[in-house]
Amino acid sequence: MTYDIVFIVASVVAIAAALTVVLSGNPFISSLSLIANLIALATFYLLLQSDFLAAAQVIVYAGAVMIMFLFVTAYLGGRADEPTRERPVWQTLAALAAAAAVTAEIVFGVGRQSFLHGPVVSDAFGAPQAIAARFLGRYLLAFEGTSILLLIAAVGGVVLATRRPAPRGADEPGAFEVLRPEPVPSLQSSVMNLETRFDVVHTGAGPDDEKADG
Amino acid sequence: MHVGIQWFISVSAILFGIGMYGVFTRRSPLILLLSVEIMLNACNLALVSFSRYLGEQSGQVFALVVMAVAASEVVVGLGLVVAVARRKADLDVDRMTGLRH
Repeated sequence: MTYDIVFIVASVVAIAAALTVVLSGNPFISSLSLIANLIALATFYLLLQSDFLAAAQVIVYAGAVMIMFLFVTAYLGGRADEPTRERPVWQTLAALAAAAAVTAEIVFGVGRQSFLHGPVVSDAFGAPQAIAARFLGRYLLAFEGTSILLLIAAVGGVVLATRRPAPRGADEPGAFEVLRPEPVPSLQSSVMNLETRFDVVHTGAGPDDEKADG
Repeated sequence: MHVGIQWFISVSAILFGIGMYGVFTRRSPLILLLSVEIMLNACNLALVSFSRYLGEQSGQVFALVVMAVAASEVVVGLGLVVAVARRKADLDVDRMTGLRH
């Protein structure tokens, strides 16, 4: 009985939060609603006896990923708002139809089956040990691939978000000039620059005095 | 008496539909990313439900991999949003047509 009540509450929270994310005009409210949605999903995972996944969901998603979203929303300020341009009615109708079709297909397709509750499993079903045994055994390649993917994403994020000199409009011919490698100064020119600077700093005088000093 | 697996799958389908509607109608790239997150999480819920139904943990492993992929996608997506904002361009997916022929 408690199980059913928790399920119903979590469903209502998850669906209401998802609707708020999609329909709200304020990106902050959208981000915060997604946190509620993710925590409701963690509740589902607990109901499905996937304890470790529920913990990972709260820590990784509701914690780390959403904080990133909130930071970017705050950084963008008002520019993150939805453009106020009118959207054509047919677009909304088509989106509604497509989303309703996919949802109805799955709900009716699944609802006709007589799914039961699955086998009775022990409390260790979703324990970290069980997940780790699979991750480091049968799915080791996926595990390593995931780590490489995360590394690439981290590097990509840094490259994309680094401030570049002289931002120009993307349509201008020189917009991607900053992406070309800078010419490496030759040793000779470096040395000559060094000498010039040395002369200017230490003699502090015109070319006539330079001869006298030398 | 417990709710069966079909209810979890139904909630997952509804969430997927909501996310899909968001991707189709919203124009702010930030909200688009949030909608994609909803869809990915709906898939995760379906994976975990079937994992429980079959009494086998492989679905949870897959859900964890999906989480890692989603995190990478958010990093790159937000990096793109910040890069576009730095160029003082409109944050409007309909106007980001620089790569279109």
